[in-house]
Amino acid sequence: MSVDVSAGATGYRPSRTLPIWAEVRRQASRRRTQLGLGFMAVLPLIILIAFEFDSGGDEDGNGGAFGSLVDLATSGGLNFALFCLAVSAGFLLVVVVALFCGDTVASEASWGSLRYLLAVPVPRARLLAVKLMVALGYSAVALAVLTGVGLLAGTLRYGWHPLGSTVAAEIAPGAGLLRLLGIAGYLGVTMLVVAGLAFLLGTLTDAPLGAVGGAVMIWILSSILDQITALGAIRNLLPTHYSDAWMGLLSTPVQSDDLVKGALSAVAYAVLCWGFAFWRFTRKDITS
Amino acid sequence: MSWTSRLPRPTRRRVVAASVVLVLVAGLVGWGVWPERAAWTAQDEMITVLSGPERNENVTLDSRLYLPRDRDGKVPAVLLAHGFGGTKEALSDDAESLAERGYAVLTYTAEGFGRSGGQIHLNSPDHEIRDAQGLLDWLAARPEIQTDAAGDPRVGVVGGSYGGALALMLAGQDQRVDAIVPSITWNDLSTVFLPQSADTSATGVFKKGWAGVFFGNGGAVPAVGTESQVPVGLNVDPACGRFAADVCKAYLDVATSGNPSQATIDLLRKSSPAPTLGQIKAPTLLIQGAVDTLFPLSDADANARGIAATGTPVKVAWFTGGHDGGAGPQTDQDRVKFLTAQWLDHYVKGEGEAPSDDFTYSRVAGFSALDRGLVTNGYSDDAYPGLDGTGTTRLAIAGPAQPIANPPNGNPGALSSLPGTGGRLSELLSGVAADIPGQHATFESAPVTEAIDVAGSPTVRLRAASPTGEATLFVKLYDVDQSGAETLSAGLVAPVRLTGLPATLEDSEVRTVRLPAIVRQIDAGHTVRVVVATTDQAFLSPVEPATYVVQAGTELLLPTVVGEPIANPQTIWRYVLAGLLVAIALGLAALLLVRRRKSRTQHTPTVPEHADTPLVVEGLRKAYGDGFVAVEEISFTVRRGQVVGLLGPNGAGKTTTLRVLMGLTMPTAGEALVFGHKLVPGSPVLSRVGALVEGPGFLPHLTGLENLQAYWKATGRPWADARFDEALEIAGLGDSVHRRTKKYSHGMRQRLAIAQAMLGLPELLVLDEPTDGLDPPQIAEMRRVLKRYATDGRAVLVSSHLLAEVEQTCTHAVVVNKGRIVASGPVEEIVGDSPSVQLEVSDVPAAERVLDELGVRSVLPDGPSGLIVDMNGTPRSEVVASLVRAGVAVDRVVPRRRLEDAFLALVGENSRGSGDR
Repeated sequence: MSVDVSAGATGYRPSRTLPIWAEVRRQASRRRTQLGLGFMAVLPLIILIAFEFDSGGDEDGNGGAFGSLVDLATSGGLNFALFCLAVSAGFLLVVVVALFCGDTVASEASWGSLRYLLAVPVPRARLLAVKLMVALGYSAVALAVLTGVGLLAGTLRYGWHPLGSTVAAEIAPGAGLLRLLGIAGYLGVTMLVVAGLAFLLGTLTDAPLGAVGGAVMIWILSSILDQITALGAIRNLLPTHYSDAWMGLLSTPVQSDDLVKGALSAVAYAVLCWGFAFWRFTRKDITS
Repeated sequence: MSWTSRLPRPTRRRVVAASVVLVLVAGLVGWGVWPERAAWTAQDEMITVLSGPERNENVTLDSRLYLPRDRDGKVPAVLLAHGFGGTKEALSDDAESLAERGYAVLTYTAEGFGRSGGQIHLNSPDHEIRDAQGLLDWLAARPEIQTDAAGDPRVGVVGGSYGGALALMLAGQDQRVDAIVPSITWNDLSTVFLPQSADTSATGVFKKGWAGVFFGNGGAVPAVGTESQVPVGLNVDPACGRFAADVCKAYLDVATSGNPSQATIDLLRKSSPAPTLGQIKAPTLLIQGAVDTLFPLSDADANARGIAATGTPVKVAWFTGGHDGGAGPQTDQDRVKFLTAQWLDHYVKGEGEAPSDDFTYSRVAGFSALDRGLVTNGYSDDAYPGLDGTGTTRLAIAGPAQPIANPPNGNPGALSSLPGTGGRLSELLSGVAADIPGQHATFESAPVTEAIDVAGSPTVRLRAASPTGEATLFVKLYDVDQSGAETLSAGLVAPVRLTGLPATLEDSEVRTVRLPAIVRQIDAGHTVRVVVATTDQAFLSPVEPATYVVQAGTELLLPTVVGEPIANPQTIWRYVLAGLLVAIALGLAALLLVRRRKSRTQHTPTVPEHADTPLVVEGLRKAYGDGFVAVEEISFTVRRGQVVGLLGPNGAGKTTTLRVLMGLTMPTAGEALVFGHKLVPGSPVLSRVGALVEGPGFLPHLTGLENLQAYWKATGRPWADARFDEALEIAGLGDSVHRRTKKYSHGMRQRLAIAQAMLGLPELLVLDEPTDGLDPPQIAEMRRVLKRYATDGRAVLVSSHLLAEVEQTCTHAVVVNKGRIVASGPVEEIVGDSPSVQLEVSDVPAAERVLDELGVRSVLPDGPSGLIVDMNGTPRSEVVASLVRAGVAVDRVVPRRRLEDAFLALVGENSRGSGDR
């Protein structure tokens, strides 16, 4: 009796199951993916139109941290794109990233298709890895679309001018573009925390909304706690503590200390979450 | 949603896990907030010292001595002096951190403040300085304090502002002091309150803003109900408060006219370190703030030059802060703290290398992204460059001679700083400055071509003409950016009082004005604007209105220092981040390697003799974490060509068994072998199994066909192997395959799911309740399909709770109940011949009699004319013949071969309560 070296069916190779491109198309056909990415493209245009209604008269308040950015948003394409990023960073990006990362496994579980993927069999770790990579890819695309459309629309409308801010001198357009990309990149890194939390919750629950909402809620909770200065040094451990550090990229020279700490915190949290997600998912009974 | 309804049951494991998490979180928070056990002890004491010019006045000083808790023998001491208006309480943080470094720290409230007795003599050598000498005596007498000689304690003196001047003056008056660290303090009070920035001997301009704050801060009259408990019996003059009479008189003198008498100037000079600088032998670390309109950098510069002239070691450090700017950013506070500790450790404790005589300073880099505070970068240079920098940049400034008006009483006045408000640094730097039109002249440079690192006092020449012969002017230097926003660095202005001026500019002398020392980078593209104004709210300007004409020189000299950036301790985080990333990459690589090695072993059959058997289940058991046992023990085999029915009531454990077979659930014990391979989650051999477990699962937004294609793509196998046509034919959905599955009926989904299970024609097909939702013709068709499927050496395992289905579809059956196998084998064997018969007869009592005689096992009535008879081996023909012979008409004879009998006989009538398995 000849024993086949490969235990699987002809043509079956574990490393070929659920190809990344197949997963990309699986997600691309979903309405929430299209809406999420579409909104990222539309948001800068909505903001642009909203600025057109500006009568220029109202001076109500300084608008907090973003006050200076609002004033400068119409000063050029770079500033407009920066404004789009700044207003999205706190909540919108969080929701979109949580959606992409939290829903990817949980929705398969809720449809019942997860067990068929695992019975293919797609190795569990591979399933998670492919899903995570594709979800991260879509999150990155969302961020890139927001930045790109903001930059394009802003430049067409307001022109190609230096990146201005009230914290430091103007930055020449070329260097300003690099700074803007740096800011987008840093935002992407901080979003890893959301990606980690949402992905972890997504592997623990069959309810996609629970995973997405849970991750967003944890993010908001962390932001609230971060406002309470009585917590002292504990605040440094909060995943959202360094989420505003991208502003350091606006000053000259760049203040990179908080960026580094923020990246460290984000990567550490994300890896912890993903690690636990993999550890748990590869051992648990799939009950969906 | 199920998110809330699926709250996990509080099993023991979960409770333990939750408790562990709770304890961890609580511990972390507790660790963060719990006060550490202090490494020092503190003791309050009222120390009485002999003070006054004749050393005959008793003054009681409220003091506190901090001693390190774990000390070996005697320890060196530090005398900590507070700022003007403060008490010893303000020093507790500094005292504690010094005590932790192993120093005995004596803090005290200076004479005239808080609970201490006496009056404010403004650091008079006969009073406050003598008090401090008394404290040195007291320290020398303490057994815990190290001494250099009898009555000479090993002591450093540290203080800021009022306390800083005390440190300097004490070191000048008492050689027992071993080292001093005075910060943000003055050199000569007469030039502090009457600054003159031009090279002339005329008396300066009265700094009324700060003088008022200073005098008011002395607690002129203690407010009712405040904590400052003035010793009883003290006669408080409401005009002077706790100020000594001579100090009070001097203040009133200067504040009234702005033109003080010689006695006042003498008193202010006497209350200054300047006269005794030459006697200081204690190594001195001078720390001065660059955001300080009260004691600007020039005071520290004068002190440094005075002390260094005698060869005493002096080190200077600047930070971004001061009386206007506060303690400065954290990086500056850390640097100052480090320098102080280094200085004291070497010169007082005798530890560590001698601090180098380099010069450190900091420059604003921008606003912090996180708290909107300032961020500064630290720089160092080899030696203290003074206020003239290590280099000079000459900037041409242009502007015509301009007439400027001095309003009566200096009102309205230009604004440059807000003395005593302790305002936010960022506000000060982004400019509260405002000039009044008509009251200032401007002289501006062209945009600078490259950034200029200014550090020191810029100088500019100035000519002025005045009809009164005198002029009070305020010269400022603005940094103007491209958008026209101007910044007055730190709110510093150069007050100038010129006397003997001619009425026209042509006859006037050229004066050199030394602007306040600043640390600032003037960026490329910015312009520099020199403004000469007649008023400033922080200063006293002439009462009489007048119009001056001013003309600045054509050249502005900017002293520059290009320091080495100080390595930021925060850089360590970059290495931590890099380390983390490398660790993650390495960990990932190691994990992948281990997995790859592991997956190779999965390919070898674990049990070779079963390599050709589609399925062998041995001793399978599944118990859940909460103790529920879904499958007790199940063993069966599916061979090639068989259609095996897994038969059992709901909750018998069928689905759990199938879940284990699909690698979805891990068995507690036993194993399932597919073609000899032990099944674990993700076993490659699962690719030879097609499955429908617990209903269909499709992506609702895709059509039926797209779902099948998406599924096959996920297998990664060749497209042609899928046999879509055959699968679609089995599904029989027609054109509906092009509709989205969310619009499918239950039966359509079920058929599509069976088609999906058959994609690629797997050798073992596992179907869970396949006929669920199908209508009778479809069920019949499905039976044919399954029977046909099992030919060619393939095998099918079907689970069902419907007996008829199993009987009609399967070749073999495995009957399970309550997690155990009740029977297994070929369907015919299990079903067998039923031993009973159903009879319908015309006369039931007669028939019963006849049957009893025949010796059958039992006779049961079944309706009005029916009987169920357990034949006990008697042939049916004989029974009928006997009945007919006895005259009983037999309407019907139905052999009882129905599966219900067999099934109920095997599992028992009552399967309720077994739970959902």
